[in-house]
Amino acid sequence: MNLYAIRAIYRFEMARTFRTLMQSIASPVLSTSLYFVVFGAAIGSRMGEVGGVSYGAFIIPGLIMLSLLNESISNASFGIYMPKWAGTIYELLSAPVSYVEVVLGYVGAAATKSVILGLLILVTARLFVAYEIQHPFWMVAFLLLTAVTFSLFGFIIGLWADDFQKLQVVPLMVITPLTFLGGSFYSISMLPPVWQKITLFNPVVYLVNGFRWSFYGTADVNVVVSAAATVGFLLVCLGIVWWIFRTGWKLKS
Amino acid sequence: MPPLDASISMPDAIVSVQGLSKTYKTGFQALKRVDLEIRRGEIFALLGPNGAGKTTLISIVCGIVNGSEGTVTVDGHDIVRDYRAARGLIGLVPQELSTDAFESVWATVKFSRGLFGKAPDPAYLEKILRELSLWEKKDSKIMTLSGGMKRRVLIAKALAHEPRVLFLDEPTAGVDVELRHDMWQMVHRLRESGVTIILTTHYIEEAEQMADRIGVINRGELVLVEDKHTLMRKLGKKQLSLQLQTPLESVPEGLGEWPLELSADGSCLTYTFDAQGERTGIAELLRKLNALGIDFKDLHSSESSLEDIFVSLVRSRA
Repeated sequence: MNLYAIRAIYRFEMARTFRTLMQSIASPVLSTSLYFVVFGAAIGSRMGEVGGVSYGAFIIPGLIMLSLLNESISNASFGIYMPKWAGTIYELLSAPVSYVEVVLGYVGAAATKSVILGLLILVTARLFVAYEIQHPFWMVAFLLLTAVTFSLFGFIIGLWADDFQKLQVVPLMVITPLTFLGGSFYSISMLPPVWQKITLFNPVVYLVNGFRWSFYGTADVNVVVSAAATVGFLLVCLGIVWWIFRTGWKLKS
Repeated sequence: MPPLDASISMPDAIVSVQGLSKTYKTGFQALKRVDLEIRRGEIFALLGPNGAGKTTLISIVCGIVNGSEGTVTVDGHDIVRDYRAARGLIGLVPQELSTDAFESVWATVKFSRGLFGKAPDPAYLEKILRELSLWEKKDSKIMTLSGGMKRRVLIAKALAHEPRVLFLDEPTAGVDVELRHDMWQMVHRLRESGVTIILTTHYIEEAEQMADRIGVINRGELVLVEDKHTLMRKLGKKQLSLQLQTPLESVPEGLGEWPLELSADGSCLTYTFDAQGERTGIAELLRKLNALGIDFKDLHSSESSLEDIFVSLVRSRA
């Protein structure tokens, strides 16, 4: 195992984050705070409780998930797309590193960033609404699992993309709608019966509900199913990454 | 200890390429069964026109492109099966100025060393940066540097992990005279420290100045590999052409000691000689011609250059 290489990639990626502190940390925290102000404090005060918790508190897990998914994907996809775009990928390809080391470096850094961000949002939320965390261990576990899974997914997008538009299209056109429709802002029991069924095909439903369960002990779907679905997606992403590196797809001619 | 398959290559070969072919997905065949042995500690220049396959060859050895057929070993390590050992020995300075624009010089060089699995060694990195006149710029962002400076950064990155084999892909393309001379000096210093250097170029002057051996590649085929001095001797031939007053039927017997060729119409005698030899024999030849009563109306001498040979090699296969 080339530990120096993993460390070099990891540090390089983390340095990129801290260089762009405003963009990578401050702006997601700010935009999530705006959600809390608007939905939690302003509109939420006029709404009843959902599943036994105030609306402001109800949306916290969903909002953290929303940021976590978007940031994991954009961090990881950008991290590997930039060297491809700038041409510096030659160095990675010519280095004595295995694919496992490359993934550990890039995905590890991207996941670290999103976890930091998730925790920052959690702390920020405290300024606006009171909440409790019933299962802190599972909360952290879901946070880590989601961050790693979607960083891997972002890494795949970054390898696949050959222009900036492709880099943006999946987060904007797929992830954002899925997150908004995935029960971040409502309980799926509020939906008409047909949509309740359709919604179960949305993977984000399982992420948000598993995470919400770790906060308040209630969820629309079984927490075991949530965890299993997330782990399942993680394995699918690992499989795709393994295939990409084995074939050199989009990396080596 | 070298593995068994090293025994089939030259004992002093550090890079051994055997039957290497590359066909891209587009169907373009960039390399056609190339065999090449690079000797330990030499400076090898790979010459060839654009699109000849120079960069493809280097890219395969370095692991950036997959070969279609054939094997490559670096110091006995197969570049596919034993890629870690092979790649760890190699440093690559690519043709394109691809750099991390927002990084500092120091950070990017440190990154390269780590990526190649070496423990941090700030003193060594400082030495490299000083040698490349980059030390003053170590905290500058790469994007603020000039093209020549960026080229130096790429060299520093390639040297950061103390490679034993250095590939320089068109190192002096678009580089000013001063940097070019600096680079030549640096290459010689590296060679003295035991590093094997393989450079590609289409500047023949550069190959003449720097290389121990020269290989010419064209349309994916290695058409010539020769010691530079042997090549220069071959190329050091001069020709003296004499336009005769009256055409001859054949070369007169009295001129047998000179290797002369008579043109088809008998009006031109050509004498080929070694310009670097001690006696060219021109004076004697002219005296003999005079004695034999052969008059000439004009004479001129010409010298073939590496460029001529290169062009003729490349043309004849076009």
